[in-house]
Order: sequence, then C-alpha cells, then structure tokens
Amino acid sequence: MIDAHEKSSIIRMFHVHHNYGPKKALIDITLDIAKNEFVFIRGPSGAGKSTLLKLFYLGEPVSEGQVLIDGINLARIPRKRIPHLRRKFGIIFQDYKLIPTQSVYDNVALVLEAAGAKKRLIQKKVKSILRLVGMEDRLKSFPPSLSGGEQQRIAVARAIIGDPKIILADEPTGSLDDESAAVILDLLRGVHIRGATVIIATHDKALIRKTGGHVLDLQQGRLETSTFIEKQYDNAIF
Amino acid sequence: MITIITISLSILIASAFTLFFVNTSEIINSWKKGLRLMAYLKPGINNDGLKDLKLAIQALDDVDNLQFISKQEALSRLKTQMEHQSSLFENLTQNPLPDSIEIRMTATNESWQKIESLAAQVEALPQIEKVEYGQQWVGRFAHIISLFRLAGYAMGALFFMATIFIVANTIRLVIYSRREEVEIMRLVGATDNFIRIPFYFEGLIQGALGAIIGLVMLYIAYIFISSSVENEFSPGLFRFHFLSPDLLMAILLISMLVGWLGCFISLKQFLKQ
Repeated sequence: MIDAHEKSSIIRMFHVHHNYGPKKALIDITLDIAKNEFVFIRGPSGAGKSTLLKLFYLGEPVSEGQVLIDGINLARIPRKRIPHLRRKFGIIFQDYKLIPTQSVYDNVALVLEAAGAKKRLIQKKVKSILRLVGMEDRLKSFPPSLSGGEQQRIAVARAIIGDPKIILADEPTGSLDDESAAVILDLLRGVHIRGATVIIATHDKALIRKTGGHVLDLQQGRLETSTFIEKQYDNAIF
Repeated sequence: MITIITISLSILIASAFTLFFVNTSEIINSWKKGLRLMAYLKPGINNDGLKDLKLAIQALDDVDNLQFISKQEALSRLKTQMEHQSSLFENLTQNPLPDSIEIRMTATNESWQKIESLAAQVEALPQIEKVEYGQQWVGRFAHIISLFRLAGYAMGALFFMATIFIVANTIRLVIYSRREEVEIMRLVGATDNFIRIPFYFEGLIQGALGAIIGLVMLYIAYIFISSSVENEFSPGLFRFHFLSPDLLMAILLISMLVGWLGCFISLKQFLKQ
C-alpha cells in the first residue's frame, strides 16, 4: 500500500552508501525529495554532491541501500529499462557535455530522437525550446563556436526538451559569469514553475540565497542537515 | 578518415597478395598445360599395331590427346632445333631415333602420383620401349606447387586475421576518442541500439570506402606493372589478370564485414561499462 508521503515523493533514499574502491564517497544517506521541489545539494568539493546525483540516474551503481525514483526501485531495474529511467531526468553539467561535432539543433534534438519522437514534432519542439533559451538564431552553430553561457543555455534546452520530471544540475553556473549564471538560474526557475523537480548540486551559497528551496547539506559523504529556505522569485523571467 | 586509410591500406596489401597468388596459380597452370609424356616405341611396329597401341593408350585414365611422331619427323624436328650445330648430322648414316607417341594429360589431373601411374601403365604395354616425362623435374615441380598452395592459404589466412586485427583496433581507438559522445547519448536516455546503429552504418560505409580506395590503388599499380611482367617474365605464355569481379565483390563484402566487426567489438566493450 502506498502512503500519502510516498505518493508525493519523487526521490527516496534509504541508508545509501557508495564507495570508490576503498574510499567512502557517500555514507548512510537517507533522504526524501517531494515532487516539484527546488532542491540544493550543498557542500564543499569532494563532499559527494556529484556522486549523489549520479546515483539518481544510475550513472553509478549503489553499493549499499535502496534508491527509489518515481516509485522505481533502482536495485531491481533491468538493464534494458535504464534508458527509460534516464528519460525521467534532464541533466545539466558544469562542463556542458555537448557533442562538439554536432550542431546546436542536433544536440538538442538528440533527446527526442532517442525517445523515438517523429521528425516534425522534433523540429517544432527544438525551435520552440531554443527560442525559450534565447538561442533560436544559433541552431546551425557548433558548440565550440559558442561562449560558455551560450553552451550552458543549449545544455538547459537539451535537459528540458523531453519534459522530464526531474532536472539534475551539477554546478550549472560554476564556469559562468554572473550575468550568464542569472540567465541559467531563471531558466531553471521557469522549468520548476512548469512542474519539474529541480535538484542543483552547488557549493555557491549566494546562488541558494537568491533562489531558496530545500537545502541538503553534504559534508564528507554524510548528509548533515536538511533545511528549507524561503523562495524568492523576485526577478524571474517567467 | 584514419579508419578509411587503415582499411584501404590493409585491403591493398591483402588484395595485392591475392592478385599475386591468383596470377602465380595461372602461371603454374599454363606450365602444367605443357606437361607431356613421351612413349618410345619398339622397332618394327606396323600400321595396325600402331592403331591398336593408340587406342590402348587413349583408353587410359587422364589422357587428353596423343600424337604419333615418326622417327623421320623426330629427326627433322631435332635438325630444326639444332640448326646451328648442323655439322653434327653430316656423318649420320642412319636415323638413330625411335618412333614415338607424345601423350598430353588432362589439365586438371596432373598430380605427381597420376603422372607416375600413367607412365607405368604406358610402359607396361608390349609395344613400348621406354617412357620419359622428366621424372625428377616433374616430382620437384609437383612438390613446389603443393608448397606454394599451402603457403598461399596460410599467408591468406594470416593476412585476413592481421587485417581484422588492425582495422578493429583502429576503429576501437576512433570510438574511444568518441566515448564522450557515446556517454552523452546514454545520459539522455538513448538505448544501446540507438547508439549502435549509426556506428554500425559508419563501420559498413568505412569498410566499403576503404575497400574501393584500396582496390583502385591496386588497379593503378596493376596497370603499371602488368605489361612489364608479361613481357619479361613469360612472353606469350600467359596473360596477367586483374582480380575477377567475384573476387572484387568478395573483398568489398569482407571489408564491410571487417568495418562492422570492428565497431561491434569496440561498442560491445563500451556499452558493457
């Protein structure tokens, strides 16, 4: 029987441990993230933020414990269902992870092509998303010809085009100037308003103060605190 | 590009060997066609006896055709062949050569044992004095042919394996350099098949292009080399041939298979991770 708490949760972890060889990266993590939350995973470098995100989309296997994503127990997911699990996520990286040999259009379209969408729908959605992130005039450009801020906007477009339930962003503003960082943050707020759960791993305390939300503090692989900071959408573009 | 160059060079080497092997076999076959046995007749055989003898020889296995050479004709041929030493024949009071029958064997059946067996059968006929067929030379020649065939197959197999190994490794390195692209595709929810299929197509196309480039290079080299080889090596005896359309098609398909196989092996390793 599903209780009301489980019903509203999108990510649940129970006593999760993760090791890289003998090194303990995550120790006894238990957490609960509700649908449509705006979550920050905060901590210094090496605290285990990126590892925690990877466990959500099976970028790393769980060494011990249970992870439930939208009701799916990751310990029991068959290998061939992993791509379907990953389509629940839109993932944004600090280093953008765009395919340099493919155009902006192709990079963004990849998500829908992988999901088997029709060509006409792909064309329509890619143009619409690129308009949303302000990159509609660069669809034929290649990533190396774009600035860091522009590349991250493309990465955001790729992350949201499939209407994922969860957006994971690993230090999304880490390599950007303040202006570009503000644009990316506004885009993520917009996705959140439209119903997605947004999880951002960051060590930038100023970023958290600007936005507010559910803050999980990681220290040396342990979840120290789980607090809520009031939302302040004073400069949202949506 | 690196993959195509590697495939084309591998195909060039392997198909050059095939070309050499095919043409050397052709030379050997042309030599084999000249293989004959000479049966020397006892003196005093009349026309009826000769007719019976011819029928008896013709009835033996592996005999293609035969030709009677009278002692007069034999002497005349000898004189023609030795026209510069004609003084040797001046003091000849009678013809010392015997009548003979020249026996040609069927082209495909000249194993050493068969030649020996045919010679023994002919020699056993009562009208025959002696049979000659260059016993020692034919024995060595047959041995060389067997060795050549064996070496050809062994080298062909080695070339094939080396080509697969080189191409598969080159493709592996190329795919390794694109591992981030594969990783990104997996992160956005692409299935293994979605990732594999474009790489497989790429492997097949690279294999086909590599084969075409390699074969074109071989053809250019063949045009330059063939005329001089034909003239110097064995004029008029055989024609230097390029690979047959069947062989060309086989090389193209093998090359495509190798291109695909390289991708298959490399991706299998990547997608396991």
